[in-house]
Amino acid sequence: MAERVLARTSGRARVAAGEYVTASPDVLMCHEALTMCASQLRRVGVEHLAHPERVHVVLDHFFPAPTAAAARDHVRARRLVEQYGITNFWGHAGICHQVLVEHAAVRPGQLVVGTDSHSSTYGAVGAAGAGIGVTEMTYALATGELWFQVPPTVRVELVGTGGPALMAKDLVLALAGAHGTDVAQYAAIEFGGPVATAMSIAGRMTMANMGAELGAKFACFPADDRTVEYLRDAGAADIEPFGAEPGARYARAITLDTTGLAPHVACPHNPGNVRPVTEVAGTAVHQAFLGSCTNARLEDFAVAAAVLTGRRVHPRVRFVVTPASQRTFLDAVRAGYVATLVEAGAHITASGCGACPGGHQGLLGPGEVCVSSTNRNCVGRMGSTDSSVYRGSPAVVAAAAVAGELIDPRELWTGSTL
Amino acid sequence: MSALGVVRGRVWAFGDDVDTDVMAPWSVITRPFEERRSQVLHTRPEFARDVRPGDLIVAGRNWGCGSSREQAPENLQLLGVGAVLAESFGRIYFRNAIAIAFPNLVCPGIAAGVRDGDELEVDLDAATVHNLRTGTVLRAQPYTAEMAEIIRAGGLLEVLRRRFGGDDGLGVRLRR
Ligand code: SF4
Repeated sequence: MAERVLARTSGRARVAAGEYVTASPDVLMCHEALTMCASQLRRVGVEHLAHPERVHVVLDHFFPAPTAAAARDHVRARRLVEQYGITNFWGHAGICHQVLVEHAAVRPGQLVVGTDSHSSTYGAVGAAGAGIGVTEMTYALATGELWFQVPPTVRVELVGTGGPALMAKDLVLALAGAHGTDVAQYAAIEFGGPVATAMSIAGRMTMANMGAELGAKFACFPADDRTVEYLRDAGAADIEPFGAEPGARYARAITLDTTGLAPHVACPHNPGNVRPVTEVAGTAVHQAFLGSCTNARLEDFAVAAAVLTGRRVHPRVRFVVTPASQRTFLDAVRAGYVATLVEAGAHITASGCGACPGGHQGLLGPGEVCVSSTNRNCVGRMGSTDSSVYRGSPAVVAAAAVAGELIDPRELWTGSTL
Repeated sequence: MSALGVVRGRVWAFGDDVDTDVMAPWSVITRPFEERRSQVLHTRPEFARDVRPGDLIVAGRNWGCGSSREQAPENLQLLGVGAVLAESFGRIYFRNAIAIAFPNLVCPGIAAGVRDGDELEVDLDAATVHNLRTGTVLRAQPYTAEMAEIIRAGGLLEVLRRRFGGDDGLGVRLRR
């Protein structure tokens, strides 16, 4: 899939792994980094963007502004959006990746670059999304182009059956645990197999998102009928399925059998430090966090609500819930999930990145332990450098919120989203 | 074609999976460099305190994994680190380093044979790493022509400046 995308966007008939190409991304996603890009553009004498219509701007990392400095930065960002003629401004709609996918701003087969490492998320709808830094985005904004080395592709075959309390997050954690967080370093991942075919777009987003934690440049699911239907519902006409060419060759193939898989967690302080949750059951937690572009979608709210129905959040625990987007928030309100969660003692915050990168709306103090549905748990990620983060699925997070400690979520919920 | 050159310096050795979050913590990420400085690689506080211009970093697998924040390689560059040699790099970090013309080479086998305080001589063009303590010479993966061209130009901003003609006070770091 990656080769097809890079061939089309670089104007070639075909490309092979290892080749260098200069490609024109279809979508350029900038969050607050836009202001830094603008400063660089000014310094190098660029006043106009090559393709303002391809640029999408989302303010999410510091939203709603937690400091006067962040507010000032947002004022500047809004002014820049006007100045550059950027019409795709999703100012306050939620976390960038969620917003672009749920508004069908990203299509199958497109090349997407974003100033965010989890831009791999766009692979959930069959696009090739890669995270880049500020200087590279400045270059891409100015020229409409960027260099790419065509990555080799690792095929990840998902087979087996669902099990109690099993979610897409457990699968991607299990992959990181078994194969390491650099299993797909510099490579593209292509997910496939019956479990991938049956998986919801929400689950695919979780897995593609954490392609970044497997080292991948792109992490793609083929765009199938389910993708087409999702994007049509999101308002996009003329969407076609997109996948690998028949007989595509892979640098490596990995199979993950989900049958009998236990819910997993990544323990402090590394996304690859993965164990079945049963092995760390009993670890006391001070905060449970359901949020981020990894796991704060409607499906995740539904699971948390199922776990918390008729139960209460443990008195020691702050259960902070940050919807991935305003649309998710509204859908969760309408479905009654928000009432269930608040009744149980959860705190719902404004949608956005919130506490995920250690920003605001629920940081950790010294000695505190958080169980989180996010994607990273390095030292100090969510606050004090003396805090620690366990990462698991929404089921793991919600179950720990009830128990006050890590427990096997199968004790409280036997459904599955696979 | 001008050469990337040779860098020589003393080593700070790090392990596997050092994340960009610890090179550039979110809590100080938007502050000026002088205020970020003491927090760079904060899991080993003596680094930011004692690092000298020209020092080298040697690391294990996956150096710079994690967030796309460009302040990670930028902080190291601003501290004067001459080059980073690692078994492998996080891909966004690696691209960011090229974009800001900060030398980082993949060097298989480097983590095992090098320790804190060793003196290395790194030929960035030949991609050889000579350990002056042990006498060992390791082969790193050379930059491709495309990567070397960006670094030689002084980074992507310098490439843009030449193309679009802006010339107002580019930082010293971009001129090398
Ligand atoms: S939610 Fe977290 S991982 Fe996702 S874009 Fe925001 S900061 Fe990054």
